[in-house]
Parts: sequence; structure tokens; C-alpha cells
Amino acid sequence: MSYSISAGGNHWVFPDLKTVMAKASPDRSGDRLAGVAAQTSQERVAAQMVLADLPLKTFLTEALIPYEEDEVTRLIIDKHDQTAFRPISSFTVGDFRNWLLSDLADTTQLKNISLGLTPEMVAAVSKIMRIQDLILVAKKCSNPTAFRNRIGLPQRLSTRLQPNHPTDDPTGVAASVLDGLLYGSGDAVIGINPATDNISSVITLMKLLDDIIQRYDIPTQSCVLTHVTTHLEAINRGAPVDLVFQSIAGTEKANKSFGIDLAVLKEAHSAALSLNRGSCGDNVMYFETGQGSALSADAHFGLDQQTCETRAYAVAREFSPLLVNTVVGFIGPEYLYNGKQIIRAGLEDHFCGKLLGLPMGCDICYTNHAEADQDDMDMLLTQLGAAGVNFIMGIPGSDDIMLNYQTTSFHDALYIRKILGLRPSPEFEQWLIKMGITTEQGLLLDGLPAAFSHLQARIGG
Amino acid sequence: MADSKLSSNGLSNKLSEGYLTENDWAGLKRYTDARIALGRAGTSIPTQAMLSFQMDHGNARDAVHLPLDVDKLCSELQDQAITPILLKSRAQGRTEYLQRPDLGRRLSVASAATLTSFAETIEPSMQACITIVDGLSSFAIQSHAANFFKQISLRLKEEGITQMPPCLVEQGRVAVGDEIGDILNAQLMILLVGERPGLSSPDSLGVYFTYKPKLGFSDANRNCISNIRPAGMSYEAAADKLIWLIKQSLQLDYSGVELKDQSDSIESLEEPKLGNFLLD
Repeated sequence: MSYSISAGGNHWVFPDLKTVMAKASPDRSGDRLAGVAAQTSQERVAAQMVLADLPLKTFLTEALIPYEEDEVTRLIIDKHDQTAFRPISSFTVGDFRNWLLSDLADTTQLKNISLGLTPEMVAAVSKIMRIQDLILVAKKCSNPTAFRNRIGLPQRLSTRLQPNHPTDDPTGVAASVLDGLLYGSGDAVIGINPATDNISSVITLMKLLDDIIQRYDIPTQSCVLTHVTTHLEAINRGAPVDLVFQSIAGTEKANKSFGIDLAVLKEAHSAALSLNRGSCGDNVMYFETGQGSALSADAHFGLDQQTCETRAYAVAREFSPLLVNTVVGFIGPEYLYNGKQIIRAGLEDHFCGKLLGLPMGCDICYTNHAEADQDDMDMLLTQLGAAGVNFIMGIPGSDDIMLNYQTTSFHDALYIRKILGLRPSPEFEQWLIKMGITTEQGLLLDGLPAAFSHLQARIGG
Repeated sequence: MADSKLSSNGLSNKLSEGYLTENDWAGLKRYTDARIALGRAGTSIPTQAMLSFQMDHGNARDAVHLPLDVDKLCSELQDQAITPILLKSRAQGRTEYLQRPDLGRRLSVASAATLTSFAETIEPSMQACITIVDGLSSFAIQSHAANFFKQISLRLKEEGITQMPPCLVEQGRVAVGDEIGDILNAQLMILLVGERPGLSSPDSLGVYFTYKPKLGFSDANRNCISNIRPAGMSYEAAADKLIWLIKQSLQLDYSGVELKDQSDSIESLEEPKLGNFLLD
């Protein structure tokens, strides 16, 4: 059915719901590349006005991608919790925004309605929210998870230590791991992007990280960010797999282009659970997402990229992940052109994921062909810190020498913890104190801690 | 990149000491290009390391945005008695190029016409076309294209492979080679392109090889040799790999993901490593 409104002296007609959603999206290059963006500023606001008047329950009856054609749509509809939805079932999208911003919507209420929300409802409301709205509501959501430590508790901020190296060289990887640990990084995960998907090199890296975690008794988990099927093979071969990683997207076709479907994710989830390696909890999945991935696989079905992204969170939610990471600026300027677009997208993804109940983190990042720089990342970092992001990346000096992009540094994490009074995961915090890396107050100590002094001769300047 | 402690300003006041912390593990810098052991000012990145990063980012930005000096490149090719065919993509300027990769993959209408009339003048038996594309780093092309062209052109001759005059495309993407190869009816498309610059590799050149390219081919149809630059893969090693791929494709009648690169990898001469020293 079509939607229309008279606004700004014009009469606007939108042929269907996905067009309303796309045209209501704040401007970004990927939607223009896809040909779904609003043509004028007035058209965008008109679409937002249509959206604000739309009953939330419309999204339960009007699938943006047909139920019969897409297993992600089927997942969303089949798993929708009517009881959780009931308190907000009479709202329009505009009412929903007002309610979210009100003090009635506290942490408990937001948790209670979470399973009653579909990605499309959440994407819709995000399109009529300003940056401060996205921050305020996300801050009220609390989605902690646990494996070998607890992540995402209030006033805590964790980091993924990302020791990537262009040739997976053990010395190079170990050097970045040590640097990160001594800067208090690595409580979300020590997670490496391998230079190759070759099974034996992947297992070598898994063992390398696991050996370090065991040797120093670090309350954290390791992950080698390889394909889910490679994880399954590694598990079969007896490799030490803490977390299973996979990139996911919001349509069945896009997931197919990644070589996955819900069935293989389920298989990997069960396999990881069967290893029983967590000591604090059993969240064993690590997912990465990012706006633009569905379009890039030509699998967006005319949807805008932010709606596609939010649908990926339904996939993530199905497998109780430890970490969900939106890699916001990695995809390039044809999807998010500049700092402004990257910042907005990062906050949207964090808000939408949190509202759907996910442990959201963000790879606050950019490539060298995007119109963005360190100042833009500082702004997104500060805003996500205020919004209560569960975790961010930590890499030596912001420079990923393998993936050739820039993300947050170990120093950046210390900055945001310092200005907002945030602390690491409680178990990891105790470890940092025990190892002599920080004081009881969380201040970094000078020099090489005693627990690492045996390395002095090998690593000194 | 090591930060030395700023020299004392002569004050005995405690406030002027200890504001910069160096790291005791700086010796590890020998083993990795990662920006480790930067030290800290408070908990922030010290001035020198911060500016060194900004310089590298500046170089990478310039590599993306400074236009290719076509005249200079042409004169370098002319020194080898080569006159390239000058072409443009459909992207009008850098801003559009960056946001519309689809336009960079196609020749402009005028360029397609130029190339079509040129195609009628070449002998049908010509096999290889080397195409030079600015891509995302004009710096890479400016630094390496002429020299690398010379190297591969020589190697092709040694193998008895005939060559058409090269094409030079402004505001192009890799797939523009499919349209060019299609129009020229080339058997072998060898496309040199400036790669997305990394912070420490603003001058990285890539080579994409496509056998019997046709408009509409995907990346699965080509083989890529990446990171060609002095600190990465040498011209010679890259040319070896390319010739190996070409010979294989001439036998198999295809290129791409099905053609696995099994050429001998060249061991790099690096400082002996420590392995995972954390377990010592």
C-alpha cells in the first residue's frame, strides 16, 4: 500500500513502506548509490513525518522483504514476542520515540519490551531521532554478557585487543598483545584478523592466543576472526576455540554471499557451547556487522542500508552473542562518505542493537579514502562512551598494519575511561591490579611490571 | 618513532618532570611495524608519535586526492618509446569517483568511442594489453607505473607474448579493464592500479590479471598481486608471479579464483624472530 502526506506545500506519495523507510533515512552515500535516498531535504522530512504517524504494528503485517523469500524475515516474524510487545502495541513510531525518551522507559522497561521489538520498528524510530536521542536512550539499556569475565556492566568499558599483523608473524602478534595488555586493553576479547583463512595457520593463531591467556591467567577470551566453517573445522581438530566469529548481514541473500545461513550459525553455536570453556558465562559468539554490506553484495532488496543493518541484529540476537561489533567506517566512502555520516551511523547501530538487547560495541574507524580523520573518531568515541557502548577496539597507535585502516588506540580507550569515569570488566580490572599493570585506582604504573620482568632481556630498548 | 624525553627546561620544579612516560618494551619495535611502545603523556599519545601519525595520514590522503600527473607519466613512457592511449572513466572528479564506484568501472562515452576506433587499427593477433589506472592512489602510479611497465613489458617479450599499446585511465577502477579488454578483444588484460593507501603504504601498487576479459566480469574472474612497492613486494617478484599466472591461464583458458597461485613464494630477508616470546 502507498503512503502520502501534504507537507511543506507539497503532496508526497510513497509507493510502499520500504520507500518511506529509505527516504526517511538521514543522508548517506550508500543510499544514494542504491538509488533509494530522498531526492530533496523536504522529501526526507516528509517521509519522516509519514513514519512518525505509522503504527508500530504495521511492521508485523507488512514485511519489507517477503516472508516466503527470506529466512531473516521468517526469523523476525516467528520469534516476535507478542506479550513483550503488548505495552507499546498501540504506539505510532512517533509515540514510541516520545516514550523512549520519557523517564517511564527505564532500564527494566526497556529490557522487558526488547523481544517485542522487531528490527524494522527500531530502525524506523532511529530515523526520527537526533544524535542526543540515540545517546540518551542507548544509555538506559543494559545488556551485559559473560564468558571468562563480565562485559557491559554499568560504568564499564571494555576493549578488543586487536594484534593484527600482515603475515601473522608470532613475534609481531605477541608484541602487539603485550603492548595492549600493558596499556590495560583486551578485556572484551583478544581478537586477531588472520592474514589467511588457511586452517593450519588459523589453528596456530588460536593456540598462540590461548597459550598467552593461560600462561598469564588472563580473565579474557580469544578469537581468530575467520569464517564460521573454519571455526567448525578447528573445533573438530581440537583447537582451543573460545569464541566463534562471523560477519553477518540482514538478508538471507547477503548472508549467502558470506557463505552462511542460520543453520550453519546454529551448528557453530552448539559446537562452541559444547567445549564449555567459559568460566563466568556461556555467551560464545562474536558477530561483526556494518551498514552497506547487503548493498555491497547486491542483496538489499531496495531497502536502505540502515534498515538492512538493523535486521542483522535479529540474526545476532538468535545466538546470545558475547560481543556484537559494528565496524562502522571500514566499508568506505561509497557507503558512508565522511565523518558526519560515519558518526551518525555508529550511533544508530549502537542504539538499535542495544534496544534489541544486544551487547553492542563499535569499531570506531575510517579508511584513508573516506573524508574522515582522527578528530571525527574522537567525536564518535566520546559520544559512544556517553551512550554506554560495551566495548571498542584497541590497537597500537590506531594503525592496523594488516587491514590498512585506522581504529581506536589503546590510548583512546584510556582517554574515554578517564573522562567518563569508566572501568574495565571487573575480573580483568582485578587482574590488572594483581599483575602490577595498574594501581587499585586504575592508574597505569610506570615501567615493566614484575610479572613480565623475565622478558626484560628480550624486549628492552 | 621513539619519543625521547623532552630536554629539561632548567626548572627544578617537580611539575616539569615525569610528564612523559616511555615504555620499557621499546626493543620490540624491531620486530613489527605496529605502533607499539609509543609511551604516554598522561594516558595520551605523545606529541612526536601523534604528529608522525598525522604525517602518514596526510601522505595517504594526498595519495588519494592529488590528481595523477598524466603528462609526466606519458613522458616517462615516451622515454621507452611508448605512447599510451589516454582514456577517462564516467566519474566526474574525485568526489564523485569516491562515492560512485560504478562510474569508475566504465569508460566515458567519448573514451569508449576513441578506443573502439583505435581497436580497428590493431592486428587481431595482439595478445596482451597493459592498462594503467590511477585508482585510489595516484602516488603509487606516479612512483611505480613507468618502471614496472618496463619490467613486465620486457618479460612478456621474452615469453613471446605480443602487446598492444598500453591504455591509461583517469578516475578508473579495476573493472574498467573488462570494458577495455572487451573493446580491444584482448586475450590478456594486465591492469596496474593504485591501491587504497594504508597509513604506512601510500604508494602501494596492485596488478590485476584477467584472461579474455569481457564487460560484466566479476572479481572472481581475475587474479591479484598486491602490495607492490619498495617496502613490500619487489617489481621483480611481482613480475615473476604475473608471468606464472599468464602461462597457467594460457594453458587452462581461464583466470580467477579457480586459478590458484602456486608460484614459489619468495622468502623475505628479515631479522630473525623471537617466536611467541611471551611464553619464554
